[in-house]
Amino acid sequence: MVTAVFYVTVVVGVVSAVIAVSHRNPVVNVLSLVVTLFCIAANFALLGAEFLAAAQVLIYAGAILVLFLFVVMLLNAPEVPQAHEPRPFQRGAGVLLAALAAAGGTLIVIRFGAAAPAPAVAGDAHAIGRLLVGPYLFAFELVSVLLLVALVGALVLVKRKH
Amino acid sequence: MPVPTTYFVLFAVALFAIGAAGVLLRRSGISILLGIELMLNAANLALVAFGRQRGSLDTQVFVFFVMAVAAAEVAVGLALLVAIFRARQSIDVDRLNVLRW
Repeated sequence: MVTAVFYVTVVVGVVSAVIAVSHRNPVVNVLSLVVTLFCIAANFALLGAEFLAAAQVLIYAGAILVLFLFVVMLLNAPEVPQAHEPRPFQRGAGVLLAALAAAGGTLIVIRFGAAAPAPAVAGDAHAIGRLLVGPYLFAFELVSVLLLVALVGALVLVKRKH
Repeated sequence: MPVPTTYFVLFAVALFAIGAAGVLLRRSGISILLGIELMLNAANLALVAFGRQRGSLDTQVFVFFVMAVAAAEVAVGLALLVAIFRARQSIDVDRLNVLRW
C-alpha cells in the first residue's frame, strides 16, 4: 500500500515537473508545479514528517505559488519564440549539465547503497515545535527578521517612484 | 515494509535534474524561478529522507528553515521581476544585457 502510493507520487510528480519546466504557458507551469509540490508533500508524509507535509501544502502550494500566479497575471508576458536561437550550443549544454547532475546523484546513491533505516521518529507538530523553541530558538527568531527584511525589500523594489 | 531511503533520494535526484534543466533552458524569468523552487524542494525531500535514515528530527527543522528562506527568496525574486518588467517591458533574461561586457 505504502509502496503503491510512493510509485504513484513519483510518476505524477516527475511528469508534472517536466510539464512545469517545459510548457510554453506560464500559468500551466505554475499549476503543474503545484501538483509536483503536492506529490512531495505526500512523500514527506510517507517519510513520517507530518508537520512538514502540512507546511509544504500551506506554505508552498498555498502561499508561494499563489504569489507566482499573481505575478504571472500581473506581468502577462508570454515567452516569445525568437526567430533564431541566439546561442545554439546553450540548449545542448543545458541538457548535458542536467543529465550530468542526474547521473552523478544516481551514481552516488547506488554506490553508497541502502542500509535499513533507523526506527521511525514521529515528526509531528509537537516534536518539531519542541525543537524549534528549544535548541533552534535563535535561528527561529532570526527567520522572523529575515521574513520582515524580505517583506520590506519586496515593497521597496516594486514601489513606484513619484 | 517501508519504502527504502534510496528510492526517495532517487526521486529527489530526478526532480533536481528537471529543475536544473528548467533553469538552464528557459528564457522567461518566472520559469527560472520555478526551476529554482523545484530544485529547493528536491533538496528538502533528500534531507528528510536522510533524516529518517539516521532517525533524527533535526533535518526536519532544517527543512522548515529552508522553506522560510525560500519564501523570502521568492518574494524578493518576484519583486525584482516586476521591477525589471516595468523598466524593460520584458522578463526575457536574454534581453537583460545592460551590465554585460
